[in-house]
Amino acid sequence: MALLQIAEPGQSAAPHQHRIAIGIDLGTTHSLVAAVRSGSVDVLADEHGRVLLPSVVRYGPDGVLAIGEQALESAVTDPTNTIISVKRLMGRGVGDIAAHSTPYDIVEGPGQKMVSLKTAAGLRSPVEVSADLLGELHQRARDAFGLGVADDIAGAVITVPAYFDDAQRQATKDAARLAGLQVLRLINEPTAAALAYGLDSGAEGLYAVFDLGGGTFDVSLLRLTRGIFEVVATGGDTALGGDDFDTALAHAWLSRWELGHDFSALSASERRQLLRLARRQKEALTELAPDVSTTASWTRENGQSYGADISRREFDQITADLVRRTISVSRQVLDDAGIAVTDLKGVVLVGGSTRMPVIRRAVAECFGQEPITGLDPDRVVAIGAALQANLLAGNRSEGDDWLLLDVLPLSLGLETMGGLAEKIIPRNTPIPVARAQEFTTFKDGQVAMSIHVVQGERELVSECRSLAQFELRGIPPLSAGAARIRVSFQVDADGLLSVSAQEQRSGVEASVVVKPSYGLTDAQVAEMLQAGFSSAQQDMQVRALREAQVDAQRLLEAVSSAVSQDGDLLTGDERQHIEELMEQLRATCGGADLDDLRDRTRRLSALTDDFAARRMDRAVQRALAGQSIDGVIGHAAR
Amino acid sequence: MISVSGGAAQLSARNHFSLFGLPIRFALDSEALDRAWRAVQTAVHPDRFAAGSDAQRLLALQYSTRINEAHQVLRDPLRRAAYLCELNGVDVDAERNTAMPEEFLIQQMEWRESLEDAAQAGDLRGLAQLEQEVAGATSETELLLEHLLDRSEPDFQRAAAEVRRMMFLAKFSEQLRLEKKRVERGTASDC
Repeated sequence: MALLQIAEPGQSAAPHQHRIAIGIDLGTTHSLVAAVRSGSVDVLADEHGRVLLPSVVRYGPDGVLAIGEQALESAVTDPTNTIISVKRLMGRGVGDIAAHSTPYDIVEGPGQKMVSLKTAAGLRSPVEVSADLLGELHQRARDAFGLGVADDIAGAVITVPAYFDDAQRQATKDAARLAGLQVLRLINEPTAAALAYGLDSGAEGLYAVFDLGGGTFDVSLLRLTRGIFEVVATGGDTALGGDDFDTALAHAWLSRWELGHDFSALSASERRQLLRLARRQKEALTELAPDVSTTASWTRENGQSYGADISRREFDQITADLVRRTISVSRQVLDDAGIAVTDLKGVVLVGGSTRMPVIRRAVAECFGQEPITGLDPDRVVAIGAALQANLLAGNRSEGDDWLLLDVLPLSLGLETMGGLAEKIIPRNTPIPVARAQEFTTFKDGQVAMSIHVVQGERELVSECRSLAQFELRGIPPLSAGAARIRVSFQVDADGLLSVSAQEQRSGVEASVVVKPSYGLTDAQVAEMLQAGFSSAQQDMQVRALREAQVDAQRLLEAVSSAVSQDGDLLTGDERQHIEELMEQLRATCGGADLDDLRDRTRRLSALTDDFAARRMDRAVQRALAGQSIDGVIGHAAR
Repeated sequence: MISVSGGAAQLSARNHFSLFGLPIRFALDSEALDRAWRAVQTAVHPDRFAAGSDAQRLLALQYSTRINEAHQVLRDPLRRAAYLCELNGVDVDAERNTAMPEEFLIQQMEWRESLEDAAQAGDLRGLAQLEQEVAGATSETELLLEHLLDRSEPDFQRAAAEVRRMMFLAKFSEQLRLEKKRVERGTASDC
């Protein structure tokens, strides 16, 4: 294991150049990329000066690929090949989607339950569609920083709704991998927003973040203390957003025109046209007094015209149910956390849909205070992500240091007898977290067992979300109930789960075969990556060598700074051995022998394992010593 | 999961209290615990090593996980008491050892009946009163635990029995909370 760079708080580990890191808000209706440039956050624009990239990709015939604005234009003319709101499909199965009406030809993906979309360019999984969006933003950032072929972004922070389950988060991370981005961290959208505001105002306390985007809704309660952002509770609805307000308005018009109560009488392209009109009218209302009507007309493909006017008062009535849903989720989150609105220091609004006056009014009423709205609600998440990315890339500067602590958004459980879900890790547990559970066999000589991991709050497995099936194999054949299999569940700082298992008596490591219910297996992601490179085999080798060189360089830097800081933790022999291996690795670094380079990197890393752990322990000691001094100072100040 | 060698062994060998520089006892300054947790987490969290190698990130993940676990145990009086008993070789063993003093069993039965009656009648005042009684019993048990665990000659066997009593109280007040919510939902409308 490698050495750790541990710095005193507020001090960077070693002087190094500024690493470019980006923050990406991968949204349902649009996506943005932002980065810290010479000390301030910029939301990056395309060559036309547009910062919002519509989250739309078109896979046309003859290999035509269009992303963003360009694809949006074809949404009406070629709806089945133009994928919008793909975020709703991330980590989802065919059964989940049936409830929503989508214009796409949805099928079960090959070898997986996650949906795939039939397009003129072949089957596309939501992960691949998202990867195309991320790739576009990645390129935009490269252009903005004028990066050459040999340079790249150090990494990206990508935001996800706080309510996203494991499958949805994993799908997002897979998409980033496909787009060639190193994910520094997935963070929750509302947390990113609070980060943007928290840094600007520096105010500590308990906050609610009300995030109504195009397709998702989240409420989060965050505690900001002593430079640490802690998610106290989250809740939301992944199927509620500004899109639904457009739909509600369109449906209301259709009933008024006696064309039915939904879109069933319309063609796919008529449906899109009407929804776009509804969105425009909704946005126009924001600027108008309650009783003033907007005017517009809509013409069907058969030439018939209809008056599509609406006043704010009418709009508020039509969407009252949707607004009520957001408020009832807000109440629920507060209730669950045992927090009264009077405990809240502020309410932050996020997402373009919070520009609607009806939402602002409802939020002010529910939370008993006017919401905070200083930043552009469309950009605030990307801004926060960029700040976090900059920090994680190691561009820490004095007095500009914070730690983002998170909680598990949904309980993790296992299927037990009778289709019941037994909770292993309850929601809102701070992450990273690990739990171990013991199982036993129920038949003599049983050598395998199957474990079903689910996520959700309900008691019945069928009402929770299936995350994965694990096959434990290689259990020693014993009489029923004699084997003790300890299964360990580890949730990392991104909220992603991994599982390992061991038979306790024999110490046999049972192999775990992970079958993600709605995600891609590692092999599938690797295959997709391979496919992308198949035309450029050489590129891939060049890339692999460069990555290995960067890894080796990083390790060398880390080891030498560790030795100079904490060399006293090493014996003379240990130190000498480490220095020999460093010398050897340095000599290999410039060469082109990939295997040799990897091997020496591994050896140095293994040799410094123990030293790294000793240093980590010292860091814990120092943190404790530092905080008791803090405590004394805090006391004296009072 | 932390490899048992060198520094990592030092960390895993350390108990939850010393991990945060706190005295090994039941009485706890919860603000000091939170402060120490944040300070240590700030030093070891994976975010500190986001740009580092895979191995660095894995080590940070293990440390950070361990620190969260210790924090979760210590901040909950019930788990803290059980942990103290275990540290001293007394297993709380709640699954098998369900024996309770007879008077407490009678008390439990009475409470359960009152809960059922009040819930069925939608009697919010009755539920609130019951809640108060259970909260009272909980803080009494906590005081008793402090007495049993923190005195110069601690009685871990008796403390373990009190922990089991407290487990019932915790479970019951959760039931109570859910019933109360259900009744409230039935009568009041959303905000």
